[in-house]
Amino acid sequence: MSRLFLYLPLLLFVLLAAWFAIGLRHDPSRIPSVLIDQPLPAFSLPAIDGRDNPLSSDDIVGQVALVNVFASWCIPCAIEHPQLMKVAAEEDILITGVNWKERPGDGAAWLRRLGDPYALIGDDADGRVAIDFGVTGAPETFIVDAKGRIRYKQIGPITEQIWDADIKPLVEQLQAEAGQ
Amino acid sequence: MIAELGNFALIAALMAALWQAVFPLIGAVRQDHAVGAGSTNSALAQLALIAFAFGCLTIVFAQSDFSVVNVVQNSHSAKPFIYKLTGVWGNHEGSMLLWVLILAAFGAAVAMTRDGSLKFITLAAQGAIAAAFIAFVLFTSNPFERMLPAAADGMDLNPLLQDPGLIIHPPFLYLGYVGYSVTFAFAIAGLIRGRIDAEWARAVRPFALAAWIFLTIGIAIGSWWAYYELGWGGFWAWDPVENASFMPWLAGTAFLHSVRVVEKRGALKVWTVLLAILAFSLSLVGTFLVRSGILTSVHAFAVDPERGLFILGILALAIGGALTLFAVRAGKLQAEGAFQPASREGALIVNNVLLVTMTATVFIGTFYPLFVDVLTGERLTVGAPYFNAVFAPLTILLLFAMAPGAVLAWKKGRLGDAFKQATPAAGAAIVVIIIALWMTWPKSAAAACAAGLAVWAGGGALIEFARRIKLFSAPRGSLAHIVGLPRSFIGMTIAHVGIAIVVVGAMGAGVWRTESVRLMNIGDVISVSGYEATLSSVNELQGPNFVSETAIFTLARNGRQLAPIVAERRYYPVRQMQTTEAAIRTTLFGDFYLSVGERQTNAGWAVKAWYNPLVFWLWFGAGLLAMGGLVAALPAPVRKRSSADATEGVPA
Repeated sequence: MSRLFLYLPLLLFVLLAAWFAIGLRHDPSRIPSVLIDQPLPAFSLPAIDGRDNPLSSDDIVGQVALVNVFASWCIPCAIEHPQLMKVAAEEDILITGVNWKERPGDGAAWLRRLGDPYALIGDDADGRVAIDFGVTGAPETFIVDAKGRIRYKQIGPITEQIWDADIKPLVEQLQAEAGQ
Repeated sequence: MIAELGNFALIAALMAALWQAVFPLIGAVRQDHAVGAGSTNSALAQLALIAFAFGCLTIVFAQSDFSVVNVVQNSHSAKPFIYKLTGVWGNHEGSMLLWVLILAAFGAAVAMTRDGSLKFITLAAQGAIAAAFIAFVLFTSNPFERMLPAAADGMDLNPLLQDPGLIIHPPFLYLGYVGYSVTFAFAIAGLIRGRIDAEWARAVRPFALAAWIFLTIGIAIGSWWAYYELGWGGFWAWDPVENASFMPWLAGTAFLHSVRVVEKRGALKVWTVLLAILAFSLSLVGTFLVRSGILTSVHAFAVDPERGLFILGILALAIGGALTLFAVRAGKLQAEGAFQPASREGALIVNNVLLVTMTATVFIGTFYPLFVDVLTGERLTVGAPYFNAVFAPLTILLLFAMAPGAVLAWKKGRLGDAFKQATPAAGAAIVVIIIALWMTWPKSAAAACAAGLAVWAGGGALIEFARRIKLFSAPRGSLAHIVGLPRSFIGMTIAHVGIAIVVVGAMGAGVWRTESVRLMNIGDVISVSGYEATLSSVNELQGPNFVSETAIFTLARNGRQLAPIVAERRYYPVRQMQTTEAAIRTTLFGDFYLSVGERQTNAGWAVKAWYNPLVFWLWFGAGLLAMGGLVAALPAPVRKRSSADATEGVPA
C-alpha cells in the first residue's frame, strides 16, 4: 500500500504537465470579455461627493455612450485623462464615468484639478458595479450601443492612437446604425 | 567569425555533455573507475567549451557587431560599455547561454570531488540535463544567429534592465536554480544505487547550501532592484516570476533541514530525495514560467510558445523520469532509526511540513489563473491579498516552531524543557510586541505579533548558541567554545537570526509604511513621518542613451536640514520607454523614499513619498541568511572530519 504512495508525486506531475500542455496553447495576453455583445449590467449609482449628476444604466440606454472606470488614485487614469478631455470637447458621444473605490471627495477634487469630461458620474465606492462589469483594473472603458449592449472594452488608458484607430470608427459606425 | 567560433564551441560542448551522460554510467555498472574518470574530463571540457562560447558572445556584444541578430535586438551603439557587456545575459538567448555555463560550472565542481560510483552516476545525470539545455540553446535560442545584411544600429536593451542590479541579479538566481540540478542529480544517483545515507547527505549538502546561498542572494538583489528601480515603493509583489524564484528557495530550505536528519539519524530518506527532485523541478518550472509566457508578467522577456514546448519536453523528461525512478526505487530505501516526536528531527519534520505547505500555497496561487483559464477560458489574476492571507499564518506557525526546534536535542528531547529554556526569548518577544503596538498603533496588531514572534524565533536560536558556548555558566571559555562548535550549528544560528530580521523588515516595509501623494511645483513641500521634502529644482539632462528629468529636493527631518536628494525619470528614445530612479535616504531605522511621476499640465509633478520603516533590515537579514549558509558550508576542522569518516565506515 505504502508503495503505491510513491507513485503519487508522479501522478500529480502527469496531471500538471497535461494542464501546462493545454495552457500553453492559450494566448496569455488575450483578455476576453464575456460581456461583449451582452446587455449592459443594470445598476444605479449615486453621484460622487461634490457633484450632483448620478449615473444609472437607464441613463445610458438610447444612445451610443462611453463608460469609463476611473479613480484619482490610479496613475494611468491621469495619463488617459487629457485624451478623454479632448474627446469630450471634439466628439458627439455621451461620456460617463464610474468612479471606482474612491474616498468621498477625492474624485471631485481630482476632476477640479484636471478638468471634467464626464456628463454623468456614478460613485462606485465599494466596487460592486465594477465587478458586474468585470473590471480588472482602472482605467477601463466600455463602448455601449444605442440598444444598451456593450460592444467594446478597452483595458488600460485610451491613447490618441487607440482612439483614432479603434474606438472612433466603432463609435461612428454605431451611431450610423442607430441613425443618430 | 567570432560568432561562428562560439557556435562550434557550443556544438562541441553538446557532444561533451552527451559523452558525460553515457560513459560514467557504463563505468559505474562495470565498476570500472577508469571509464568513470573519463566523465571528469568531459565535465571539465564542457565547462571550457561553454566558457569559450560565452566569451565569444561577450566579444560580439562589446564590438557591437550588428550582423548578429541577438546584438541588434538587445544592444545599441550608444549604450554605455558596461551595459553592452551585461546585455549579454539581459536577453533570452544570452541568459540561456549563461544558464548552461553555470550548469557546466556546477558539473565541473562535482567532477572535482572524490571518485566513486555516487559521483559517476551523479555526473551522468548532470550531463543529461546539460545536453538537454545546450540543445535547447542551439536549436531554439541560438545567440549566434547572423542576419545579412547587417543592421545599421541596434534596438537597445530594455532600459529597466540597464541597471547595476541587473548585472548581478540574474546570474545569482541562475546559480541558485542551476545549483539545484546537482542535488537533483545526486537524488537520481542515490535512487539508482538504492543508497541514501550519511555519505550521500554529506556529499550533497555543500551543493545544496551553495545553491541556496546563491538563490537567497539572487532573490534579495531582485527585491532590492524592484525596490529602488520600479518606483512603487514596495519590495515584493508576488509577481509570478518572483514566486518562481521563491518556490525553489522554500523547497530548498526544506531540503537543507531534512538532509540533516538523513545525515544524523538515517531517517526521512524518501522525503529528502523527493525534496531534492522538487527543488530542481520548481527551478525548471521557474525557467519554464519565464520563457514560455505561460503566465504574463513584467519579467517575461521571451514570450514564445515554441520554446515553451521544448522546455515542456525537457521538464517532462527530467521531472517525469525522476519521479518514475522515485516511484520504482524509493521503496528500497530503509529508515535506520526509531523516531521520537519531541526531538530535533521531530522539529525538523514540522519545519518541512510547513515549508512544503508554503511552497504549495505559492504554487497554487501562481498557477491558479492558468488552471482557471484552461477550465473556463476566464482570465484572472491572483494578487497579494491571497498570498498574504495564506502565507502569514504559515509563517507565524513556522516562527513559533523555530525556537523550540533550535533548542531540542537529537533523538530524544523534552518539549517542556525546550519551552522552559526558550523562556527569555518569550519575554523579549512580549516586550517587542508591546513596543511595536505602541509605536505603530492603529496599524495591524498582527504585524506587531509577527515581529514579536520573529524575536522569539531568533532568540531561541541565540539561547541555544549561548548555552552551547556556556556564555552564562562559564563565560571565560566562551570564545574557545565558539571555535569548537560545528560549523553547521553556527551557520544555523546566523541564518535563524537572519530570518527573524527579514520578518521584522518585511513587517516594517510592508505593513508599517506611511505614504503621501501630491502634485508639486517648485517650492512645494511634501511631508511624511517627520520628513519634509521641498522641490527645489527640476532640470533636463542628457544621458548617454536617455534623456532625464532630474528633480532635486531639499530634505529636512523634524526641522533638521539633511543633504538634498535627487529623483529622476529617464526616457529611452530607442525603446520609447520610461524608467524612474527613486530618491532614497536610507537609515538603519527606515527609508525616506520619493518618486516623481509625470508632469501634469500646469498643476506640477505628481510626487509620491513613503516612509518605509526597517526596510534595510530586509537586505541585512538576507545577507545574514546567506552568511549563515556560507558558514555551514565551510569544511569542518580537520580533527572532526577524520573522526566523522571513521564512523562513516560502519554499515548501516
